[in-house]
Amino acid sequence: MFIKIALIVAVMAVALFMLRGQGARRQALRRLGLLLFAALAVVSIVFPDSLTTVAQRLNVGRGADLLLYVLIVVFFSYVASRYVRDRRSAQQLTALARRLALDEAPPPRECVAGPEVAGSEAAGPAEVA
Amino acid sequence: MAQARFDDVWVVIPVYNEAPVLAAVLDDVTGTFGHVCVVDDCSTDGSDAIARGLSGRGVRVLRHPINLGQGAALQTGLEYVLADPLMGRVVTFDADGQHHVPDAAAMAERVGTGELDVVLGSRFLGGAKGAMGGAKRLVLKAAVAYTNLSVGMKLTDTHNGLRAMNRQAAQALHLTQNGMAHATEILEQIKRAGLRYGEHKVEISYSPYAKAKGQSLLNSVNILVDLMLR
Repeated sequence: MFIKIALIVAVMAVALFMLRGQGARRQALRRLGLLLFAALAVVSIVFPDSLTTVAQRLNVGRGADLLLYVLIVVFFSYVASRYVRDRRSAQQLTALARRLALDEAPPPRECVAGPEVAGSEAAGPAEVA
Repeated sequence: MAQARFDDVWVVIPVYNEAPVLAAVLDDVTGTFGHVCVVDDCSTDGSDAIARGLSGRGVRVLRHPINLGQGAALQTGLEYVLADPLMGRVVTFDADGQHHVPDAAAMAERVGTGELDVVLGSRFLGGAKGAMGGAKRLVLKAAVAYTNLSVGMKLTDTHNGLRAMNRQAAQALHLTQNGMAHATEILEQIKRAGLRYGEHKVEISYSPYAKAKGQSLLNSVNILVDLMLR
């Protein structure tokens, strides 16, 4: 029972952590997490039974089960962080494409060229294949 | 010819592969409105060339270098028409011929009177059923209920591409939902900006073409997820 609660809390915490905040602090924490992961991986390789010992103490049963649970949490956090990053790059791409479309557009009125399109008279009809 | 009373109105039409009907739709729109901004979302069927052929009738064509989605096309169009200092009103209009130009004209006039900042087209206003299949109506009604709940409005139709707004409203919109979830995003931003809004009864033509091009029911799942994962 305890393990279920702990895993659910971990999933939520990771999702929250990945979805909000950014910058140096978050990157540093992620790197520390990676170090911890590597250390634990090494320990479990050197002492294969240690995983099972920990698992039993957590009422999970086998070490392989614990590994699977942890993997699910890690995978989910990866998906979440990927989603955030994809969305950010999509927004950058949108801004870039929009700027291009606006720069290549003819002025809105023959006589009045607005600030957005000033200087683009020579561009004429956009030809982007 | 375009009517002089609409000289401060820009009609923004997001276009993605609408070649079969685009010429007829633009012909219809330019009969009333003298300033039309077509945002071609990187069509592959020559829609942009068709629109450019009508530049003599006040059609300006912008082309996204890559396909971004209807929400992105709308935002591009809004930014373009805001560059026209004489623009006082914007009408958003779908390219597939489902909207009626007289509805757009009436909505632009309501904005022109200053009673409202935004006039939203509704196919359900006054209990109208709209000529559509049961499943589609059910999904649309569910979308209306969900959107009203999440946005805090009481609208009868939340996914109608026909809208009219004044310059202030156009400036308040900053759409980041590139896909179809922008319909909800527009309402959220209208609400947040404290704009005065109202609905206007409009007709929707469910031609075989519009039906074939329209949103598949499954896509409503995508829209829902887009809105929840922000």
